[in-house]
Amino acid sequence: MQEMSAKALKLGIPLSVQLDLTYRCNEECVHCYLDHEDHGEMTTAEIKGLLDQLAQAGVFFLTLSGGEILLRKDFFEILEYARALLFSVKLKTNAVLIREQQAERIRSLGVEAVQISIYSHRPEVHDAITKVPGSLKRSLNAIRFLKARGLKVIVANVLMLQNVQDYPGVKALATELGVEMTIDPTITPKMDGDRGLLKLNVDEDALRQVFTDRTLVGNVEEFCAPPKKPGEDDLDSLPCSAGHTACYVSPYGDVYPCVQFPLPSGNVRRTRFLDIWHNSDQLNEVRSITARDLPSCSQCTHVVSCTRCPGLAYMEGNMRGPSTQDCEKSFARTGIPSVNLMSKKSSAPPLVQIQGISPAVPAGLAGATQMRA
Amino acid sequence: MNGKLYVARSSEIAARRLGEEMMIMSGRDSTLFTLNEVATAIWEAADGATALDEIVERDICPVFEVPLDVALRDAQSLTEELAGHGILLISDKPIQGSRSDPGPSGKG
Repeated sequence: MQEMSAKALKLGIPLSVQLDLTYRCNEECVHCYLDHEDHGEMTTAEIKGLLDQLAQAGVFFLTLSGGEILLRKDFFEILEYARALLFSVKLKTNAVLIREQQAERIRSLGVEAVQISIYSHRPEVHDAITKVPGSLKRSLNAIRFLKARGLKVIVANVLMLQNVQDYPGVKALATELGVEMTIDPTITPKMDGDRGLLKLNVDEDALRQVFTDRTLVGNVEEFCAPPKKPGEDDLDSLPCSAGHTACYVSPYGDVYPCVQFPLPSGNVRRTRFLDIWHNSDQLNEVRSITARDLPSCSQCTHVVSCTRCPGLAYMEGNMRGPSTQDCEKSFARTGIPSVNLMSKKSSAPPLVQIQGISPAVPAGLAGATQMRA
Repeated sequence: MNGKLYVARSSEIAARRLGEEMMIMSGRDSTLFTLNEVATAIWEAADGATALDEIVERDICPVFEVPLDVALRDAQSLTEELAGHGILLISDKPIQGSRSDPGPSGKG
């Protein structure tokens, strides 16, 4: 895979594309970053035309996501078309609408993997997050239908305040079902920039618990080891694949570097995909950025091992800036604050308000509070 | 090689040309293969209707300047390996219903 990615990077080929077919959804998850209203989704013909263009551009990995993809009446027509073009197709779905008939169709079309969101092994928790009673039961039934047909199923467990203690239960459930599991401890802002959802993010203690769980990370000492000193080559490295070998297309044809990087870079209804991919000023700007160009992060001890997301940094206001959520992860993992976190701490207003009320507050505790602000 | 051998691309795969090479993922076990130029030429010509020796004689020997017996031996070995991963179908008779179009190529 690394060799394939390196070759795609060298040739300027978008190896992976996520295409959201719709933002409509039959669940109303409390942490969802999308606007579920339909503002004019691409038609079946437009999507087929786009898939032709993506194949011509060299896209190999195609993720069909949403919203809930099965809400599109033409979903299987689109999937069949995509497979005829020989994409490796992965589906992201809540699977509520997948019964035996749909599972059989998905198998017959040679889908590579189906990723299904499961928030808890407890219906009262999962269904409270999706706001759909019975949704856990239906999603689990779908997993069984798919698994029985030999499909690769991945349970995606997004962690938030509501379910942070349930991931061991989800893991046990995944093991029982014979499927893979991924954990994502990052709640992202809404695509319109509203950061209100971030209050659902798990706290530092919970992150540390996840990062020191041997059953999840393997070698904890290695995973949580202090960061290595960067070499010269490290500073020339690229932040991630967004805009380099991957991009995202919305149901309205808007092209972005990544689903988590809402930098409008063109629209396939007006411009051919390859023209956007090669000539978009926005994508070319993203491509021009190496670790060396990140004013704060290039000076940070975590620069080599940080999971910094340029999209989250962009949503914080600067695509060359730090992604504070990733700074917090690096801190929870290693106990070493990032340059960004230390800067936030040092630029915090002096505690003049509490002088004379509680002068004995230890600076360290005050600092810790500021770091999570 | 005794008798004719027909080869056809399986539909249970993902495939795309990256530059001069073909990337193919087996739908059976998700193994990723990189086919070199010669293997790519064979794979693209594997329409189920043309015998392997004809493919080799027509598409391989003149282009890559390989003796027929060597090319044929290598082609047979390659097709058997790919068939083992479900990437190609092999038969001693023409294979019906196989794809006639190998799909678009990514030129970047």
